[in-house]
Amino acid sequence: MSHDHIISAKQLSRADIEEVLDRAAEVAEDPESFADRHENTLLGLLFFEPSTRTKMSFTAAVKRLGGDVVDMGTVESSSVKKGESLADTVRVVEGYADALVLRHPSEGSAQMASEFVDVPLINAGDGAGQHPTQTLLDLYTIRESAGFDDLTIGIMGDLKYGRTVHSLAHALTTVDADQHFVSPKSLQLPRSVRYDLHEEGATIREHTELEPVLPELDVLYVTRIQAERFPDESEYREVAGEYQIDTETLEAARDDLTVMHPLPRVDEIAHDIDETDHAHYFQQAHNGVPVRMALLDLMLGGDE
Amino acid sequence: MSDRELRVSKIRNGTVVDHITAGQALNVLAILDITTESGETVSVGIRVPSDRLGSKDIVKVEGRELSQDEVDVLSLIAPAATINIVRDFDVVEKHRVERPTEVVGVLSCPNRHCITTEDEPVESRFDVLDDGIRCTYCDTIVRDNIAEQIDVA
Ligand SMILES: [Zn+2]
Repeated sequence: MSHDHIISAKQLSRADIEEVLDRAAEVAEDPESFADRHENTLLGLLFFEPSTRTKMSFTAAVKRLGGDVVDMGTVESSSVKKGESLADTVRVVEGYADALVLRHPSEGSAQMASEFVDVPLINAGDGAGQHPTQTLLDLYTIRESAGFDDLTIGIMGDLKYGRTVHSLAHALTTVDADQHFVSPKSLQLPRSVRYDLHEEGATIREHTELEPVLPELDVLYVTRIQAERFPDESEYREVAGEYQIDTETLEAARDDLTVMHPLPRVDEIAHDIDETDHAHYFQQAHNGVPVRMALLDLMLGGDE
Repeated sequence: MSDRELRVSKIRNGTVVDHITAGQALNVLAILDITTESGETVSVGIRVPSDRLGSKDIVKVEGRELSQDEVDVLSLIAPAATINIVRDFDVVEKHRVERPTEVVGVLSCPNRHCITTEDEPVESRFDVLDDGIRCTYCDTIVRDNIAEQIDVA
């Protein structure tokens, strides 16, 4: 792993991705052999906005490597409330930890923070920007279930504001996946993401309905459409309803279709899908631990 | 030549930015952070006939040389501009602007959620694309009206 910091999925080459996923597969295969690999390692957690799930996943990962966390706690209880800059905060906390995990509401915050520290920094979400470890665990789930060869994937829901979608779409260009984007017109991919996908030579196919493309898909990645993206409740209900799936919807899909979701879901995937072989979203969430273990192991020099 | 004409057309020490895209002179002043309060002696020509451009703007600033960051941003809104450094009424240096690969400072990111718009010790930074600029921090792309992003302090 040649990167000092993990800021964006965009910085990851196919080789980087495969390296992390291979290591994650080793972890999943034999977690015991990693159990004391990073004894005495301290991971600094800087969560400037609540994200209990991501924080728990990183905590579990470092503890399963034999290490521990030092946690800034909530913003309300920290110096930030007294007006300290992010640049100052990370420069202080890097003295307490061997690596840092940052979650911050401002876009570009992880990039900026990484310019001020020498220890490895992992972006755990910067506003509507990047969330590369989510992308890696998504990729791991896809590789385990459908594989990367001749992959056809549909990505559905809020494609405008959904950062997991932006990172994933970009990363999927490295495996030459066939990508279909399904969303209401008002929530299509933003300009900067289209630009990147075009730069990477990807063909963007956009649809407003799932039906015509569903039978072709190996993977359907569903994201939540949030009510606050719409001027009023009734418009939201009408639009969001068209992007919900249940077992009836999936009758037109391949038997081996993998359904994914970054969770939490509201009602975009009906509970009747949970019991089918299509449902991979809980496994996807569980994969966060081995993938983050693998990433930490590589960044902290687990190759010796 | 009368005194008055001389004052408008010649400067003793400073910079003449010539061949500015017509209509962009006031944006050039903004890039240089020049306002009516900032104290410099400045003369501005707007839509002056030009052999090369048909019409052009021209800005002359007494007692001031431009930083590289300012020249970089200038090149984005006035790609044909020439910069003349004047010392003791003589042009001692003359060069055309070149389109840089990135611009630092001077512009501000239009994304109000971008870390560079907050109170952090970091300057704005944009990659220069073929048809716009892109914030290095938040990835926001600006294609039209780059001049609107000039940071007026
Ligand atoms: Zn920005």
